[in-house]
Amino acid sequence: MEVPYTVKPRPDTGLYNAKIGVWLFLASEVMLFGALFSSYILLRMGASSWYVGSEALNVPIGTFNTMVLIVSSVTVVMAWASLRMDDLKKYKMYMGITILLGLVFLVVKILFEYLPKIDHGHVPSEHNFYAIYFVLTGLHALHVIGGLVLNAYLWGPGTKMWETEPEQFTNRIEIAGLYWHFVDIVWIFLFPTIYLL
Amino acid sequence: MTDHHHEEPFWRKYIFSVDHKVIGIQYAVTAMIFLLFGFCLMLIMRWNLAYPGEVIPIVGKLLSEDGMLTPDGYNSFGAMHGTIMVFLGVVPLAVGGFGNYVLPLQVGAPDMAFPKINMASYWTFFLGGVCMLASFFMPQGTASSGWTMYAPLSVIATTGETMWLVGMVFLITSSLLGSVNFIVTVIQLRANGLTWMRLPFFVWTQFVTAFLLLLAFPPLEAAAVFQIMDRVAGTSFFLPSGLYVGGEVLNVAGGGTPLLWQHLFWFLAHPEVYVLILPAMGIVAEVIANNTRKPLWGYRSMVYSIIFLGFMSFVVWAHHMFLTGMGTTMAAFFQTTTMIISIPSVIILSALFISLWGGSIRFTTPMLFALGFLPMFGIGGLTGLPLGLASADIHLHDTYYVIGHFHYVVAPGTIFALFAGIYYWFPKVTGKRMNEALGKTHFYGSFICINGVFMPMFIQGLAGVSRRLYDGGSTYLHAQPVLQWNEFMTIAALGLFFFQIFFIINLIISLAKGEKVSSNVWDATTLEWAAAPSPPLPHVNFEKVPDVYHGPYEYSTNSGGNGQPDFTPQHKKINS
Amino acid sequence: MDSTPGIKKEINLYLKVFGALAGLTVLTVAVAYLDVGIGLAVIIAMILATTKGSLVASFFMHLAHEKKLIYLMLVITLVSLLALFFITFGTIGDQVGVEIVPEGVSSGVH
Repeated sequence: MEVPYTVKPRPDTGLYNAKIGVWLFLASEVMLFGALFSSYILLRMGASSWYVGSEALNVPIGTFNTMVLIVSSVTVVMAWASLRMDDLKKYKMYMGITILLGLVFLVVKILFEYLPKIDHGHVPSEHNFYAIYFVLTGLHALHVIGGLVLNAYLWGPGTKMWETEPEQFTNRIEIAGLYWHFVDIVWIFLFPTIYLL
Repeated sequence: MTDHHHEEPFWRKYIFSVDHKVIGIQYAVTAMIFLLFGFCLMLIMRWNLAYPGEVIPIVGKLLSEDGMLTPDGYNSFGAMHGTIMVFLGVVPLAVGGFGNYVLPLQVGAPDMAFPKINMASYWTFFLGGVCMLASFFMPQGTASSGWTMYAPLSVIATTGETMWLVGMVFLITSSLLGSVNFIVTVIQLRANGLTWMRLPFFVWTQFVTAFLLLLAFPPLEAAAVFQIMDRVAGTSFFLPSGLYVGGEVLNVAGGGTPLLWQHLFWFLAHPEVYVLILPAMGIVAEVIANNTRKPLWGYRSMVYSIIFLGFMSFVVWAHHMFLTGMGTTMAAFFQTTTMIISIPSVIILSALFISLWGGSIRFTTPMLFALGFLPMFGIGGLTGLPLGLASADIHLHDTYYVIGHFHYVVAPGTIFALFAGIYYWFPKVTGKRMNEALGKTHFYGSFICINGVFMPMFIQGLAGVSRRLYDGGSTYLHAQPVLQWNEFMTIAALGLFFFQIFFIINLIISLAKGEKVSSNVWDATTLEWAAAPSPPLPHVNFEKVPDVYHGPYEYSTNSGGNGQPDFTPQHKKINS
Repeated sequence: MDSTPGIKKEINLYLKVFGALAGLTVLTVAVAYLDVGIGLAVIIAMILATTKGSLVASFFMHLAHEKKLIYLMLVITLVSLLALFFITFGTIGDQVGVEIVPEGVSSGVH
């Protein structure tokens, strides 16, 4: 007797287990980033001075990274659609692009943002603006890394499951996609809040 | 189910097991050890309160060279007592232990929805516990800013605080993994016919608790990250400009606010109070229905109350912060919500009391503990009302009255309920029954002693004795008339310790050679007793997946004469 | 599992959504360089971000066609998120001795 509804949806909810699981996980992530954002607001309202994001941070790079994440969101959803059309090759391609874009995001972030900032002495302890900038984008970057590891597994060794359990594998890609989109949404809110306002 | 019958190696079966029953036992045993440890910390502190400046017997030499508890040691023991009892003791036992073991059985599931994540949850919890314990060996000791770790005191505290924060991040992750599992299990793995209103009340409490853990914990995770940054990277999220430490202005950028920590902390910690109490209510409800041989009175209103309680617990947190200079508008808001949240608690407690009416009560050990819970939780709840009103709270804040209040809720309240749960489900886990004579001694002794510990705290608190005093207030004039209670409380606490020995002995001898009993020793209706053998089968629980036809508490459905059972198990189909 | 033509239609939709997201991103950056005052800028930026976020959630995360249960869980989350945002904010705003600096003054670096 195995745990039921791991692949097929339960009739009365219409959902399989992992899908509810991932949405619950995302719900708690919403609360985590919600707390970070509300802390940002409170710190800023209470501060006697604050930097203008668009002057202190590099907006073109931020915009570039926003686009990178949005494109990666499209490719991950394409990867899922390809699997539903039984096209493993296309899946591999789209998932591969998604992983590459995630890497691009991280490399750009570290090489062109974090390192120059630290070089110029803009470290977290300088001002709460930089403190919140580093913590918010840093935690977001950790989520990107987590997503990359997950996607890389599903692109590489995890693909074996397609041979035996195609439906479950497709479900896994859906789940991974949901997480990746969430990371994208967080950035969509982070970018204007920190870089532009 | 045949593919599960191969023998598993020892480490898969008992250590890194994915079976919810083994994980539940792991949680329960770890949590009980932590509870004992936290209790011992408190005993050392209590000794010092009664006899300040005297050598601590037995363990004194471990604490300092002259065998006394230092003021710093007192602070760190206080902080760790709170942390260990709440995060490593009661919650893991109530949710991790009972929840893991009983919940899948009660909903008729073969396991949790995600068994591997369940295992990860336990081991993350274990790592968190190791971090907390390791901080006792840090060069300057553990975290010592109270269990609330208020900034900025905690930010400038010694390295033990960083360990506390790291440990906390592990514990938060663990309960996140656990709560996802619980919710999905209840939603997806309920047996056929087990509709929402047929769920045992214990399942409902665990379900609501899981939502609280899921949504209230992340803000504390954010706060912990902020505080780690404050301590390690020199940021000033919680440090205002111009903060004086040791006579000098602290060299940080400033511009932060300590209130931010309090908000994020209490946003978790108030729902956390309900995480402590809800599973206890669930256990008590099970035990009372079973031992009165009656359906619970007002089951539906109890369910609605508990859902309402869950929602309300998110909007009352700042009643812990009336003294931070909160304006009248928000104080009025939080007073109102606090008064409202007492209504569902009263409904549940009243329903449990009324359930006793007219029942033919069996005074078994679990029932005694459940009956003990009712008035104790009542005292705890009612003494909380003055604290929820700003004008009274201004006088009582941070006095022993507060300590008395919440200890009545969690110690003779929740912990008694947990004891009820242990005595009640012990035959389920082992197939043996715990010794009744030892159990009753344990109950009556603990009941008397625990009131001796906490009742005088109200007296001291109303006299204005602060909760944070190392010497128990002996240097304060206003504390003199109530000072003699310190010794009384310490003796009562030692007595409480003495009666826990009965419990430990009972646990050991019942495990070794307890009286073997039938699968359904309490004649219970719920699935874990009625449909599964005791102990349940490894991994699959049930010989056959039960279908459910009845509500959870159909007791006294017939006269019970002629060897007929007086109850209808949930899965028993009656042909009509 | 859905039919291939249905999924092809979906892919079309995804590309359209991508176009909208790209356009909105450009708009977000462009508006930030207009000098509209901080209050209005916040409102505009949040409206744009929310629009983008809901596009991703509705189509990429296919929330537009999801089961009731997921909606219910998200509503519960939203309620507690609102509590976290607005009540914390209100409480700090109502704090004796905490000064909320008007936004206009706050833009300069010390």
